[in-house]
Amino acid sequence: MTTSLTFILLILGCAIVTWVPRVVPFILVRSVKLPDVVLRWLAYIPVCILSALVLESLFEAEENFVAFDWLNLIAFMPTLFVAVWTKSLSKTVIVGVITMAILRFFF
Amino acid sequence: MSTHLNFRNATITTDSLVQGIKDCIPTLLGYISIGVAFGVIATTSNLSVLEIFLLSVLVYAGSAQFIFCGLYMAGAPFSVIIITTFIVNLRHFLMALTVAPHLTRYSPLRNIGFGTLLTDETFGVAVTKVMKEKQLGGNWMDGLNLTAYLTWIASCTIGGILGKWLPNAENWGLDFALTAMFVALLVLNLSDVGKSKLIHYLKLIALMAILLYVLLYFLPGHLAVLIATLLVATIGVVTEK
Repeated sequence: MTTSLTFILLILGCAIVTWVPRVVPFILVRSVKLPDVVLRWLAYIPVCILSALVLESLFEAEENFVAFDWLNLIAFMPTLFVAVWTKSLSKTVIVGVITMAILRFFF
Repeated sequence: MSTHLNFRNATITTDSLVQGIKDCIPTLLGYISIGVAFGVIATTSNLSVLEIFLLSVLVYAGSAQFIFCGLYMAGAPFSVIIITTFIVNLRHFLMALTVAPHLTRYSPLRNIGFGTLLTDETFGVAVTKVMKEKQLGGNWMDGLNLTAYLTWIASCTIGGILGKWLPNAENWGLDFALTAMFVALLVLNLSDVGKSKLIHYLKLIALMAILLYVLLYFLPGHLAVLIATLLVATIGVVTEK
C-alpha cells in the first residue's frame, strides 16, 4: 500500500487530461446554442462511435498489415445474434464471454 | 433536440435514481470483469493496491488505465504517458457533446458531475435511453453514473488484491465482455431508428469498417476510432435525406 509523490503527480496529470474533455462540453452547451447541423451531426455519433469500437476489436494490426482478430470475429457472431434476438445487454455480454471462454479453451 | 419530448407511449419512466441504478446493472458484468482484469494486470506491472485505487478513482477510464500501465512499465517519460492518456480519452469529448444538450436544464455543478462520470458504457446506456424516450433525467444519470463509478473502483481494487492469486483473466473470456457490451448497445441504438434510417445507418457502418481498416495501417486503434467516427458522422449528415 505504497506510492510516491511523483506517481501521484503523474496520476493527477492523467486525471486532468481525462476530466477536461468529459466536462467541457457540459459547460459549453449551456452558454452556446448549438446550430441545427451540429445537432444533426451529433445524432450520428452514438452509432458511429459504438460501431467503431466494435469493429476496432475485430481487427488486429500486425507489423506490416491489418488482419482480422479471428477469435474476436468468431465470438462476435453469436454475440451479435443474441443482441439482435434478445435486445438484452446482460444476455449479450454473458453469451459473448462464455463463447470467448470456450474458444480460448480450444485455441 | 432536448425540447422535443415524445409522449407517444408508456415507455417513458420518471426521473429516478433507482431506475438509473437498475439500468446500470446490465453493464456491471463488463465493469467488474474489466476492472478486476485491470487490477490483476496492474499488480503484475508492479503497481501497489493504493496506486490501483487512485488510478480508478482519478482517471476512471478502462482503456486509458491499461495503456497507462503499459507505458509506465515500459519506462515512458511522464509527458508521453499524459499525452497518450489524453488522446486515448479524447472520444469522451464527443460523447459528452452528444449527451450534454439533453441535460442543460440542470445546474452547472450537476452538469460537471454528469461529465466527470461519463464513460463509454454510461454514454452507451444514456444514448439508448435518449433514443427510446427522447429525454434524460438528472437523477437517473446520477444513479447510472454512481453505480458504474463505485463498481469500477471496487473491481479494480479487488483485482489488485487478488492479483497474486487469480490466473490470467483472458482465459476466462472476460476481456470480451467489453466488446459484447458495445455490440448490444449498438444493436439497441439501431433497433428504434425506423426502416429507411436503418438502411442509411447500416451503409455508414459498412463504410466505417472499410475506413477503420485503412486507418489502422497508419494509426493506433484509439486514434483510428476517433478519426473514423468524425469522418463517418460527417458523411452521415451529408448523405442523409
